[in-house]
Amino acid sequence: MNPLSDATVGRLRAVTALPDPPDARYTLLEVLGEGGMGTVYRGHDTLLDREVAVKVAHAAVGPGSAAFTERLRAEARVLASLEHPGIVPVHDVGVLADGRVFQVMKLVHGETLEAALSRHPELDRRLGILERVADAVAFAHRRGVVHRDLKPSNIMVGDFGEVLVLDWGVAKVLGQGEASAAAMGPAPAGMTGPGAVVGTPGFMAPEQAEAGALDQRADVYALGALLAFVLAASVATGAAPRPLRAITERCLARDPGARYVDATEVAEEIRRFRSGARVLAHREGWRERLGRGIRRYRTPIVLVVAYLAMRVLVAILGR
Amino acid sequence: MPSAAGGPQGEQFPATRLSVLTRIREGGEAERREAFDLLARAYWRPVYAYVRLRWRREPADAEDLTQGFLGAAWAKSFFDAYDPARARFRTFLRVCLDRFVQNQWKAERTVKRGGGVPVLSLDFRNAEGALAGREPVEPHGTETLFEREFSRSLFTGAVERLRAELAARGRERVFTVFERYDLGPADEVTYAGLAAELGMPVTQVTNHLHTARRRFRELVLDQLRELSGSEEEFRAEARDLLGLDLE
Repeated sequence: MNPLSDATVGRLRAVTALPDPPDARYTLLEVLGEGGMGTVYRGHDTLLDREVAVKVAHAAVGPGSAAFTERLRAEARVLASLEHPGIVPVHDVGVLADGRVFQVMKLVHGETLEAALSRHPELDRRLGILERVADAVAFAHRRGVVHRDLKPSNIMVGDFGEVLVLDWGVAKVLGQGEASAAAMGPAPAGMTGPGAVVGTPGFMAPEQAEAGALDQRADVYALGALLAFVLAASVATGAAPRPLRAITERCLARDPGARYVDATEVAEEIRRFRSGARVLAHREGWRERLGRGIRRYRTPIVLVVAYLAMRVLVAILGR
Repeated sequence: MPSAAGGPQGEQFPATRLSVLTRIREGGEAERREAFDLLARAYWRPVYAYVRLRWRREPADAEDLTQGFLGAAWAKSFFDAYDPARARFRTFLRVCLDRFVQNQWKAERTVKRGGGVPVLSLDFRNAEGALAGREPVEPHGTETLFEREFSRSLFTGAVERLRAELAARGRERVFTVFERYDLGPADEVTYAGLAAELGMPVTQVTNHLHTARRRFRELVLDQLRELSGSEEEFRAEARDLLGLDLE
């Protein structure tokens, strides 16, 4: 047999390093993506015969004891209950032989937020995507779940235009301590607890970076960072509409008390802006209000003006 | 010197054999020969590539040096001096090889071919073909070169064993799926395409692939364990060569 090529050796090395879940229900086939906290694989659910995405934490979090596994499953049930068109739910969780936790999720076919933004340069379309992200997170907030790691790479736009928030792997169920994957966080065994830092710099609220107590407002901060990300990709610096800048600033307030209370408020603000209504974060002067009013009611105004112009014309010609 | 180091077709590979090095050092004559044969099979390609690219020897010269080194290692029990506490075996072997090449004229006179040191049957033409287009390596890149060639040798051996093992069980199609998906050109094969081509459901393709990969990994790890000087070295090698944390 000829010696294997470098490329084949590299591929076989990757194949050999694929985790092998112990119960044989899931087989991992290839790496789909690499994140700070875990690696996502394309997998196959042999029981239900369907493709799945399996996220495996980088760090082992603890012994695979029955009590530990049961806790993971109990918490996974909460996450799995987040049935919303914008949320990719967790189907299952488990622990590999080496102590790393894995989560089984629906495999989403689509493109990342960045790819979607590059295909949709119109600000309103982009804000529409973000509004749906906020709606999905708002749904979780109403059930007491905080995502904790909202960022562009965790948002996908599906083949049918649906917007999906991925990776609830570090989500926290308020009032219940850490959620399943708390386990998926970067902290080593025995160190994952209420004080552990999980999240992504740049999208992480200050209180999260400092491992302080956090609630829905940490996600509000991340939504603000996402809004800033979308605005930066859409318009020249400083040229973003003032109401949008005000929404962003309120989301990104250092003091959680100065932010919106939850994602529902953020979603409503984005909706207000898109429909031409006044946003709560921004106190506007009379000129701004007039300008917004004209933009909002442009069509009826144009119709009225056209009607009046016609009447005037008819009156003049009729003399 | 052990028998020819050709293909291992049909050979079974028990998971719990003692380290090759232990067997070379402590085994009876037959066991020592068998163990050395296994070691030579795993290392001759890295040795040849190393002599070609690091020492920049011509192919004919490199062939002689490879044969000579392995012959001398057997005849003079080079590897008996290996101490797992001091270095990895791969590093030890490379240092031995460096010394051997430096002293080659002396070594060639000392190690007579024949007389209980049979010449290995090695496919040098094949090994030379695999080096086509490779640049010579500077001294600082030697460890990487040796590691890469060892990985190639390890994986090539495991693929051969997997093929033989599956053929012996009449499961050639399992190997075909593995061969097409993991050994062929990347990005040219899809599960659906393979399923259509082989006339089986996609589920069966992924199941076959998983079966083959799982056994392939076992074969690689078994061989790596056998070729390591200690359990610690085995784990370190698995981590460095395969990205596997077996702690």
